[in-house]
Amino acid sequence: MQRLFRYIKSFSLWDLLKGLRLTGRFLYGRKTTIQYPEEKTPVSPRFRGIHALRRYANGEERCIACKLCEAVCPALAITIEAEPRDDGSRRTTRYDIDLFKCVYCGLCEEACPVDAIVLTRHQDYHMEARGENILTKNKLLAIGEHYETEIAADRQADKDYR
Amino acid sequence: MDSSQIVLIAWIAVKIIALVLVLLVSVAYLTCLERKVIGWMQTRIGPNRVGPLGLAQPFADVLKLLNKEIILPTASNRFLFLLAPVISIGTALAAWAAIPFDKTAVLANLNAGMLYIFAVSSLGVYGVLIAGWASNSKYALFGALRAAAQTISYEIAMGFSLVGVMMAAGSLNLQAIITAQAGGIWHWFWLPLFPLFIVYWIAGVAETNRAPFDVAEGESELVAGFHVEYSGTTFALFFLAEYANMILIAALATVFFMGGWLSPFDGTPLAATFAFVPGFVWLLAKFGFFIFCYLWFRATFPRYRYDQIMRLGWKVLIPVTLVWLSVLALAIVGHLAPWFNT
Repeated sequence: MQRLFRYIKSFSLWDLLKGLRLTGRFLYGRKTTIQYPEEKTPVSPRFRGIHALRRYANGEERCIACKLCEAVCPALAITIEAEPRDDGSRRTTRYDIDLFKCVYCGLCEEACPVDAIVLTRHQDYHMEARGENILTKNKLLAIGEHYETEIAADRQADKDYR
Repeated sequence: MDSSQIVLIAWIAVKIIALVLVLLVSVAYLTCLERKVIGWMQTRIGPNRVGPLGLAQPFADVLKLLNKEIILPTASNRFLFLLAPVISIGTALAAWAAIPFDKTAVLANLNAGMLYIFAVSSLGVYGVLIAGWASNSKYALFGALRAAAQTISYEIAMGFSLVGVMMAAGSLNLQAIITAQAGGIWHWFWLPLFPLFIVYWIAGVAETNRAPFDVAEGESELVAGFHVEYSGTTFALFFLAEYANMILIAALATVFFMGGWLSPFDGTPLAATFAFVPGFVWLLAKFGFFIFCYLWFRATFPRYRYDQIMRLGWKVLIPVTLVWLSVLALAIVGHLAPWFNT
């Protein structure tokens, strides 16, 4: 009897029709597409996107060339060279991040004692020529200047957990 | 050759070109529709960037494919490698010659039309086989073997279901098959031949190697199946052939089981109201339904395993057609009303 029932069920294509009904309903349902360049999903203040070097409010760069980020970086993406500046303070002469090596783990940001290297919330960037994957010190500082208010707000929002 | 013959040949050539152009444009838009419909069923909105509502997308795709390099693998057999897509698209287009679009609008009203279409569409598998062999790639070869085995197995079930149509209509001429279905929606062959109709449609989906029977492409295991080594224009030809075959199977389902260009309101009080609608509008509406079914199936059903495909073809579909052919024979001998009593 059960076998007969099973035969009837499979020959009437019952399960297939049920599946078709489901997709048929979704045909008219609400669409969840985010049309990317115009619409964006919310981003967390902790998001780890492109890197930036920050400055203090008086314009002095924060980085003191302690090289902790270079040491902690698991992908060896950071290259730092340092010399004493004319006023005797220790500063970097070279601070390169290879974006092709970086795994965006955020350990450099955690290691930094002066909050100099940070990861911003921006992930949509591109390179057009070979070599542009290396973020030099000037580029990093420029990114930091451009997004400084946003970077500061993100650190502030997350300060109780840092 | 006198001038009237030249005019006749020119006129036929014009008709062929018109048909092929319309067909190719509809194939292009079928790819767009497929992406849209499957997108909607997956709660996406599908391509909408090129032109208004993404309607220029097919032309962007065609331009891209035509601009790409045709890569000839060094280990391939050049002649066969380039011949295969030509065979595929040639047979896919040739079968359209016998499809009637209206009472008189048919390119070649063959008396053995059904036989011709069946023969020509079966030749399409040579394109697949040759492509797989000439590519000299293990994936292409496996895809071609699968496609060939699958197409040949399902051709038997399809052939048997068409035997039922032939018995019911008493003719191989497609126009005669359509006129034999005259008299309203319940006179169309889908009702007296219902199991054959379902078998025909399943076999048709399998013949065109479409989901859920697309093991020949099997992108999860065979990359792209038989056309894995093809690029640019040669790939575009395979693509066109696949979609032209889809429309062809939909057209045949319409002609054999859904009354072709006949109005669904014949035999009802509404018949006079809709008499002004030309036949090809009904034909296109029916085409559209079947083509939509193709896309609907692809969005719904997971791919069959290869042995399941063979089991379904040989152990389910063929016995079903044989049983129903016997039932049909009894119905015809007994002049069962309302279908076979004339």
